[in-house]
Amino acid sequence: MLKLEKRPQPSRLWTWVTPLLAVVITMLAGGALFAALGKDPVEAIATIFWQPLFGEFAFYYRPQLLIKGAPLILIAIGLSLGFRAGIWNIGAEGQYIVGALTGAGVGLAFYPAESVLIFPLMVLAGALGGWVWAMIPAVLKLRFGTNEILVSLMLVYVAEQLLAAMALGPMKNPDGMGFPGSRNLRQYDSAHNAELITGTGMHWGVVAAFIAVIFAYVLLTRHSLGYHIRLTGQAPRAARFAGVRPARLVLVCLGTAGALAGLAGMFEVSGPAGQVSIDFNVGYGFTAIIVAFLGRLHPLGILLAGLLMALTYIGGEIAQSNMGLPAAAIQLFQGMLLFFLLAVDVLTNYRIRFAAREVA
Amino acid sequence: MELTSISPELLLASLMVAATPILLAALGELVVERAGVLNLGVEGMMITGAICGFAVAVNSGSPVLGFVAAAGGGAVLALLFALLTQFALANQVASGLALTLFGLGLSSLLGQGYVGIKPPPVAKLDIPLLGDIPFLGRVLFSHDLMVYLGLALVGLIWWVLKYSRAGLILRAVGENHDAAHALGYKVVRIRVAAILFGGACAGLGGAYISLIRVPQWTEGMTAGAGWIALALVVFASWKAGRVLLGAWLFGGVTVLQLNLQAAGLAIPVEYLSMSPYLITILVLVIMAGDKSRAPASLGRIFHASQ
Repeated sequence: MLKLEKRPQPSRLWTWVTPLLAVVITMLAGGALFAALGKDPVEAIATIFWQPLFGEFAFYYRPQLLIKGAPLILIAIGLSLGFRAGIWNIGAEGQYIVGALTGAGVGLAFYPAESVLIFPLMVLAGALGGWVWAMIPAVLKLRFGTNEILVSLMLVYVAEQLLAAMALGPMKNPDGMGFPGSRNLRQYDSAHNAELITGTGMHWGVVAAFIAVIFAYVLLTRHSLGYHIRLTGQAPRAARFAGVRPARLVLVCLGTAGALAGLAGMFEVSGPAGQVSIDFNVGYGFTAIIVAFLGRLHPLGILLAGLLMALTYIGGEIAQSNMGLPAAAIQLFQGMLLFFLLAVDVLTNYRIRFAAREVA
Repeated sequence: MELTSISPELLLASLMVAATPILLAALGELVVERAGVLNLGVEGMMITGAICGFAVAVNSGSPVLGFVAAAGGGAVLALLFALLTQFALANQVASGLALTLFGLGLSSLLGQGYVGIKPPPVAKLDIPLLGDIPFLGRVLFSHDLMVYLGLALVGLIWWVLKYSRAGLILRAVGENHDAAHALGYKVVRIRVAAILFGGACAGLGGAYISLIRVPQWTEGMTAGAGWIALALVVFASWKAGRVLLGAWLFGGVTVLQLNLQAAGLAIPVEYLSMSPYLITILVLVIMAGDKSRAPASLGRIFHASQ
């Protein structure tokens, strides 16, 4: 009979082994899934994880890794702060959309003026938009005690409708011959989030993601605020006695997450996506939740997890076009990853003991 | 715009239909939460139920079999949640989110061949005499069986939780799992059963959307109904009767905004479509003060360490 015995402290070894173990199990289960869909499982897994990095067209796919990874990492870094403190912002998708809308809105408002100041203003507007959207659940939680999970999530649906309204209404391209969607910001130099070094995929969003990783690392390991965040997550009672102000944490964690998600949306709309369109958002805000957990809510872990998840997006697209693997199979694959991670996580906090059955 | 084109009779009748999916899902979640478990995966279980029910109903030609399959599909997904939270002792919030992400992916994979197909029609129960009453007959007595099942479930859950021994045990587990364990109740077993029941209810709610309310299959068609159901449980202070009130309120808002869209109100459709979500937030704000009714062990991990 198997028995779980609680470890006095989470195992340091297993903390870092479990994500890898989860990835391996997901590959196995994913292989079984692909086989059930009538595809060669080995080829499918190789296509997803090998082709983008070392395949024939890797020169094209490698830059994509940064392009797809940057928004995931930016959002996940913000989410991880809250998750550590038990503040569950799961509406990053909405904050991402609103950040894109405010960022693009500022850019479009200046069209066709050219100035070096426009892009920085858009960055500010994007961060501010995401921040404001995240402040709604934060303020409602503090003022009325509402649940931030439900409010932040409801605001995702509101943001999606807002995006549709903007793409069809105020932000619609006046020269677009009636098609929905805004002007293409990539054709507007002052607002274009262009590649900084040609052929690398490096744009300002990638730079921001790296800065966010470093910022979060320093915050969590060197700053008292980071200490308070960690303390609140691990021992809420002790945190209260130590004088941690929960209200301040809610504002900081949700605000940072919102601003970073807003930034991610703004960099995406002004660069890789190019325009505000109805289907602009592709679920980065939700995938980032998986990234945050897979990275163990640790900045460096999130960096790696974000790149891995970007890999599954890119490899998934290749598998889709080369092998006819349905896009939904990749989505399911990503979902499984979080499942297995949570399941094997038991090894971090508990020891498995074989024990004879005894009378309780 | 012609507001007069909105008939109150039809409005109330469609309110009952619009309320049923969230009513079913919220009742299931109510039982789960009264057992002390917070399952945030309602949206994932609903959408899985929606496609399972749709696929089986299309292939077998029988909506009844469809609903059975939907309940089964929701319960199977809920079983994954039960394994994670009750046996692997994972965080319930994270596991619920995982369940939703997984369910959304699973449903769009399962639903690939079913886009654009019409499901077999579900017969309405035209109750002979009652159905002929002017106004009330149309509003109350001319629906499909699932609407009445939802209503019956409200009564049943209310009675079971309030008056039966099983309900008392369930509540004991939800209020204080350590005490319940000390009394010899099988906390994990009871919770797993509650989680499965919640999954089956969510599955039924999802299938109601894909088989009756819409009726067709599109990806992500539950569009947050599962999350609204979760909010409904909070709104209802964990009471079955109030869940019904809440479901009618949301059904009313949904139907009204759809009618306003159809009547051609001078507001872009998108802003009207926001209203159910905004109302949910508003309701959460109004009801947030009443937290005292929440089961005391809600969301806490139970591990019989001694």
